[in-house]
Parts: sequence; structure tokens; C-alpha cells
Amino acid sequence: MRRPLQYLALLGYVVFLAFPMVWLLSTALKTSREMASLVPTWIPRHPILSNFADAFGEQDLVGSALRSLAVAVACSVLTIVLALPASYAMARYRSLVSRFAVGWVLVSQVFPFILIIIPLFMVLRSLGLVNTLPGLTIVHVTFVLPFALWMLQGYVRAVPRELEEAAAVDGAGRIRSLVKIVAPLLAPGVVATALFAFISSWNEFLFALVVLKDPDVATLPLTLVKFTGAEGVVRLGPLAAASLLATIPSLVFFAIIQRRLRSGLMAGAVKG
Amino acid sequence: MTLTADRTRKPAADHRGAGKRSRQGRETFVLMLPALVPVLIFSVGPLLYGIFLAFTDARSGRNAVTSFVGLSNFGDLMTDADFWASFRIGLIWAVSVTVLQFLASLGLALLLNEDLRFRSFTRVLVLVPWAMPPVVIGLMWRLVYHPNAGILNSVLTDVGLLDHNIDWLNDFSIALPAVIVVGIWTGMPQTTVVLLAGLQGVPKELYEAGHMDGASTFRRFWSITLPQLRPVIVTITSLDFVWNINQFGLVYVLTQGGPGGQTRLPMLFAYEEAFRYGFFGYAATLGVAFVIVVLAVLGLYIWRQMREAN
Repeated sequence: MRRPLQYLALLGYVVFLAFPMVWLLSTALKTSREMASLVPTWIPRHPILSNFADAFGEQDLVGSALRSLAVAVACSVLTIVLALPASYAMARYRSLVSRFAVGWVLVSQVFPFILIIIPLFMVLRSLGLVNTLPGLTIVHVTFVLPFALWMLQGYVRAVPRELEEAAAVDGAGRIRSLVKIVAPLLAPGVVATALFAFISSWNEFLFALVVLKDPDVATLPLTLVKFTGAEGVVRLGPLAAASLLATIPSLVFFAIIQRRLRSGLMAGAVKG
Repeated sequence: MTLTADRTRKPAADHRGAGKRSRQGRETFVLMLPALVPVLIFSVGPLLYGIFLAFTDARSGRNAVTSFVGLSNFGDLMTDADFWASFRIGLIWAVSVTVLQFLASLGLALLLNEDLRFRSFTRVLVLVPWAMPPVVIGLMWRLVYHPNAGILNSVLTDVGLLDHNIDWLNDFSIALPAVIVVGIWTGMPQTTVVLLAGLQGVPKELYEAGHMDGASTFRRFWSITLPQLRPVIVTITSLDFVWNINQFGLVYVLTQGGPGGQTRLPMLFAYEEAFRYGFFGYAATLGVAFVIVVLAVLGLYIWRQMREAN
């Protein structure tokens, strides 16, 4: 008697989680005539792909996707460059600075964004970085950094200190042991952190809304929201298609991170 | 490379004394610097300046003259009916999303911890909302809630629960509950994953012992699972509460705070004050007031939970 009830509950969860996504897909495949009909159906009567093509033509969607891409790539590279040395120090040496960094990760969760974004906006304005992509990149990096530090120092901790010490015994210099021993073991963690930074930046809406007032520099989330502004039923198809396309990079990278996290690379390295 | 070799070396490394430690300190500082500078300039600094702004009449204009006004912003805030309306909506939103999300996620995590078919499929499915851009989540649910072309009205009409189409996001009494459902959907992945990890950490022996004593399923859940899970539950619900009370993007996309301010969460209110009307100082005051409220609520909650645990 328990099992059927459990499956029923599980089915309920699957339906709740999946139905909005199924509907998004269904909308993306419908013709504008079908959207305007008064009886919505789950399965499109005449599925089409032209909404995706239309999405590319709409409202500079490609341009804003490219800008989002540029910001997200710059954000993940910068995050790694800045966070890697610091995370090594945090994992290997106990110091006041590392404790400050950990504290900041926690504190930054509690403060409402409004307290930071107003002065940040003023700082960017005085630097002439409002309405620029570098301005948004700086903001994204700053807000990804604490969590990236936290992630990376976990990966560094997972590389046994003994490996470095053993390399030193074998006569390898400091730099050499870092490059030859630590770097390869750390690579999956670095990739995971970089992808995390990419996803955070690619998905980010609020800071973009404040920093990029000019539609000519809008990133993808901003353009998507503007898309809805004048909402005729006719345009819902391309909107759904564009939303799906915008989700793909995050979804793919997220899937990769999931796998990386499970990889048993460390176990092999220590045993070898 | 063997681990035994460097085990023997380790004691020697500990005896190198103070000279090495100060060199380590310098090294740490140099390594930390690249990360520290941006965080200080673009995050810690602005935060402190933001707290300062709360006590000024700062406006958005580039050449606006700012003067110190002491606590008068806080006085204005206390008597601002719009703020209190928004505050009330924020509390309803944050408490109901956090509680319902927790209950729903606990149920799902318990199911995923059982040996059911489709378990791995559901485990993947539950992660997807996590990866979706909040803007897309908002747009997706607008399609679901759409008064004419939306699937929700259609399904509810088909099963006979509705006899006319509802404009979910524009109805005064329904908009907030409708938005809360989206909030629950959005936050379920993190909560479920954390709770599931917690469940998997509960020692199997405890259940076996419970079984021997003839404890019922419910009894085992109540006396073994819940107490074992308590630290995890306190952590994730606290985090969820903080995230929810500071929510902005999702609701901005769904309703922009409408209809008539029925879903205007405190952060939407603050955003409008700051970037629509240009009252930087006043919006910062709201931020400071919010830090105090959030810390008080969290402190009380965590203190009570810890006292009960002892």
C-alpha cells in the first residue's frame, strides 16, 4: 500500500516541476494563429520551428546574447585569475585575511542588494563605467568572487598537502610542484568554478538592470524582459523560443558541473 | 610518491619557527591581494558607504548636494504607509515561500531517498530550475498564467474547477499567492538537494534500532530523521528566508510589483525609490532597516532552535 502512494506523490512532484517547462516548449513550437485561438493545447497542432528564427530577428536578441557572452566569459576568466591565488592561500595558511574572506561570504548573503547597489552605482558613475560592459563585468566579478573563493579553496584543500611535500623531497621547486602536481589535480575544480561564474553572470538580471540603462548595451535577460513589455499574444511564440535558447548555455554548463563534482579524480591521484 | 615517506618528514616542518611564519604571512597577503582589492572597492566599501547614505538625503542627480540628516529618514520610514504595506507583503511572501518550499522539498527529498523507480530521472529534473535564468523562469510562468493563452486556465476549466478565465497575475487577491507558487518552484532545487544530502548522512544503525523497537514509520521519522536533520533544516531554512526576503528579479519580471502594489516586495519598493524617484538616501535607509529586521528574525530563530536542540 505504501509504494503506490509514494509513486503517486512522486508523480505529483514531477508534474509540478515539469509542466511549466513543457508549456514553454509547447508555446515555442506554436504558430501565432494557434496562440491566438481560445483553446490552448499541450501539443501544438502544427509544430513549427520558425519561432526560433523569428527570435533571432527580434529586438537585437543576437546582439544582446553576444554582449551577455562577452561579459560572462570575461567574468569567469577574471574570477579565476583573481580567486586562484587567494584560494590557495586560504586553504593552505590560516590567517586573518582568510578568515575575513570566509566571513565576507556569509555576511554578503544577509545584506540586501539595495545597500550595495546604490553606492556601487555612484562609484561606477564616477569612473565613467555606467552603461558599459566592463562596468557590468566588474560588478559580476565582485559578486561571484566570495562564492568562487569558497568553492576553489575547497578544491585546493582536497589536494593533499603531502603531494606537494613529496614533490619537494623529490627536489622539485615551489613553482614546479605547483605547476606539475597541484595544477592538474585542481583543473576540474577550476573548470567547475569558471562555469559557475559563467552561469551566474549569464543569468544575472538585477545589476544589469541598474548598470545598463542604455538599450544599445542591454544584455540578454534585459532584452528578454523588454520583449514581454508590449505583450501581444502573437509574439509569445518567439518569446518562448528565445527564452529556451537563453537557457541552453546555463543548462549545459550546469550539467557539466554536476558531473565534475562527482568525478573520482582525487581518489585515483592519492592512491597512485 | 608514497605517503609514508612524507609522514616521517612532517615533524621537521613544524619546527621551523617564527621566521617561516612571517614569510607565510607575507605570502598569504600577496596571494590574497588580487581578490581582496575588488571586493574591498566594489563590495565592502560600497556597503559601508550605503550604510552612511541611510543617514543622508542623497539624491540620484550627479551634482545633487548631499547633507547629513541623522535619523530623520528612519522617522519617515516608520510613518510611510507604502513601506509598511510593502513590508507586510514581504513578510507574507518570505515566510510562506520558505515554509511551503521547505515542506515540499522535505517530502521530495524523503521520496528520493527511497528506492523508487524514476528516482534518478526526478533527481535530474529537480535540478533544472536551479540552472534556469530567473528572467526565463518569470517569463515561463507568465505564459502559464496567461489569461487567454495560458495552460493553467485551460486545465482548470477542463477539470471543472473554473468557469471563467482568471487573470492570475493581475487579480488583486490572487496575484500574491500566484507569485508565491513561482517562488516555491524556483527555490525547490537547492532546498531538496541540501535536505537529501542531510538524509543520506543519517546513520543507518539508528533506523535499524528503531525497527527493532517496533517503531512505526511516522514514529521513526519524528524521533530519528527530524532530530538528526535539525542542523541541516535550520541552515537551509535560514538561508532560504534571507534569499526570499531579498528577492527581486523573479517578481519584477512576473508582475513588476503590481497589481496596485499587491506584490511589491520590499526590494522592489526600494528599487523604485532609488532608481525611479531618485531617493538614494531613503532607499538606503530601507536597506539598513532590513538588515536589522533580518538579523533579528534569524537570530531569534536560530537561538530558539539551538535551545530546543540542547
